[in-house]
Amino acid sequence: MTVGLLPTCLNDALFPEAAKAVVHLLRRLGVVVDVPGRQTCCGQPMINSGYLDEAVPLLRNHLAAVAGYEAIVVPSGSCAGSIRHQHRLVAQRSGDPALVRAVEQAPPVHDLSEFLVDVLDVVDVGAYFPHSVTYHPTCHSLRVLGVGDRPTRLLQAVRGLRWTDLPAAEECCGFGGTFAVKNPDTSIAMGSDKARHVQETGAEVLVAGDSSCLMHIGGLLGRQRAGVRVMHLAEVLASTEGLASTEGRAGPAR
Amino acid sequence: MSATFVGMPTFPVAAGTALADSQLRRNLAHATSTIRTKRAEVVREVDAWEQLRVAGATLKDRTLRHLDVYLEQLETALTAAGATVHWARDADEANRIVVDIARLHGTDEVVKVKSMTTAEIGLNDALEAAGIHAWETDLAELIVQLGDDLPSHILVPAIHRNRAEIREIFLREMERVGRPAPADLTDAPLELAAAARDHLREKFLRARVAVSGANFAVAETGTLAVVESEGNGRMCLTLPEVLISIVGIEKLLPTWADLDVFLQTLPRSSTGERMNPYTSLWSGVTPGDGPQQVHVVLLDNGRTDVLADTVGRQALRCIRCSACLNICPVYERTGGHSYGSVYPGPIGAILNPMMRGVGQDAQLDALPYASSLCGACFDVCPVRIDIPEVLVHLRTKVVDAHRGRRPTPQDLVMRAASWTLASSARTARSTRLAGLAARVLSRRGLRSAPGGRRVLGALPRPAAGWSGARDVPLPPAESFRSWWSRAGRDAR
Repeated sequence: MTVGLLPTCLNDALFPEAAKAVVHLLRRLGVVVDVPGRQTCCGQPMINSGYLDEAVPLLRNHLAAVAGYEAIVVPSGSCAGSIRHQHRLVAQRSGDPALVRAVEQAPPVHDLSEFLVDVLDVVDVGAYFPHSVTYHPTCHSLRVLGVGDRPTRLLQAVRGLRWTDLPAAEECCGFGGTFAVKNPDTSIAMGSDKARHVQETGAEVLVAGDSSCLMHIGGLLGRQRAGVRVMHLAEVLASTEGLASTEGRAGPAR
Repeated sequence: MSATFVGMPTFPVAAGTALADSQLRRNLAHATSTIRTKRAEVVREVDAWEQLRVAGATLKDRTLRHLDVYLEQLETALTAAGATVHWARDADEANRIVVDIARLHGTDEVVKVKSMTTAEIGLNDALEAAGIHAWETDLAELIVQLGDDLPSHILVPAIHRNRAEIREIFLREMERVGRPAPADLTDAPLELAAAARDHLREKFLRARVAVSGANFAVAETGTLAVVESEGNGRMCLTLPEVLISIVGIEKLLPTWADLDVFLQTLPRSSTGERMNPYTSLWSGVTPGDGPQQVHVVLLDNGRTDVLADTVGRQALRCIRCSACLNICPVYERTGGHSYGSVYPGPIGAILNPMMRGVGQDAQLDALPYASSLCGACFDVCPVRIDIPEVLVHLRTKVVDAHRGRRPTPQDLVMRAASWTLASSARTARSTRLAGLAARVLSRRGLRSAPGGRRVLGALPRPAAGWSGARDVPLPPAESFRSWWSRAGRDAR
């Protein structure tokens, strides 16, 4: 099957390894991957900040980009949630009935973990990652999409991976998009507690399905010289034995 | 009675101060996690919890759709039962009605059942200004009142205080307004509660007028309901000759049977109990038994404005349980005072701007942004108020209210981002620029994050809000899209 991959604007600009990992992983599982050339951003940063008019041109661009694909895969619970639940609002705001119809007719969008478990029906993706790992279930994947234990099952099936539970896992890390800069003190207070829980696990790697939350928690851990690395779920699932040195592949060890 | 929310700084400023209060942080973390755990346990044991949530939401929505009909039905039933019904458009009207009734009875004091509605309209201050003392009789409200403090939680207004602080307040303040606390008072909960009982008892026995709110008002039977834990409400509702109840118009339920749903969901969601210790229900006057004059003030005070908002009206389902406060990671760290209202936390962040209007007051306009949109509040809400949805809706209203005015830095950033991201060519150009900048910066011997990624340290404003405590990853030399065009598309 052919899917359109939306790397997300954040992964495109700052975390290309996460999006490349999705390409490698899906190809390894026999999926034909294409990247819609026009696509840029789902518009969530504008929508969640209250700038609906500013989100309209992004929605038009997004819909034109994804038209015709069988399915869309996004390595982000937050972006998938926004596309699934908020695009309708933006279209209604535009007052353009054609845009409302286009949202209704847009191809189905899946977060990576949903696509793997529900569409491809795989849990063991054949990955190898010999490290101790803890997992932060990001709020939008958990509560907006309801991915449940899909990411956990995918990770626990990875060969060599040593799993540790994250205390208070379901509590928000404090990123929250523009919340992180509009309310930086509160955001940092929340993130510091999340970083403390990550360190309590003794894990070497913190994994999550949203690069935005990882940028926040990882930024705090890095500033504290905590010695904990953050990785996107896709990077761990793309890791296989002996591929560490190949360009563009997320290697199992560094 | 000088403590007031008027003139409070905006949420980010107030939160900054609260976050630095180590005592507050410990008190709140302890209290909210205790109630959260209790709630989770008693909710888990109800198999039909989700059905109860849906039933509660549906009942409330249906009532709100026909509010005009049910309100008149309630008035008729109450009047038939011997009560006097008053209608108040706003806080001033409601306060004036209560003051007039109290004056009519020549009293200089009233005892009060814990009531969010009376806190909302500032009734105590209005009574005080008329020379009438209002004695709070709920333990937590008493602590707040004695300490000349502000409430910080809907259910437990003194949640920001610990036992040691409460002991000091009792020792210092009780003697100024009545029976003093025992000189050898310790901070043992039993002793604190006993001191409050003794202090309040003389007020219960002396007062001739009581003021309450109501958790529910049943239109069919003209019944008001108060749900409580301490029994102070029962004392106020039964001992004085005159009872005045101020009821928000959203408290209505059509029929007696509808109480069934809420008397299951409210205690479990609020105190984490299967059933609350005291449920008082009354309809009008019973000759020779209880208050012989019963007044009911039906209050709007912005509620019809909320009702007019098709997205936001779901907030009128709220039964003031506080589950959203207790689960909220923002509330847990910033406390209730940061929200600048008697309604703090997630529900306050949507109720206050809707009841008082957006686009006029920076403090109110900042409230919809006082959330990371994590959604935990929606999950625990017993009447399924989609608080994140309403928060985003209100952010839109705040932005729209400011359109046409001088643009803020945020407006400019959003417009620029919208212009750039609406075109893949413009987006590619900007990521290429970032990549170039990164290559220049990387010559300066940057630190590496675990995993080998180079990072930037503290940056000047406006990036300081991010980089003050978090490393910033250096943009990669090649974006994903550049890689895709160069190698990715044809790889393998």
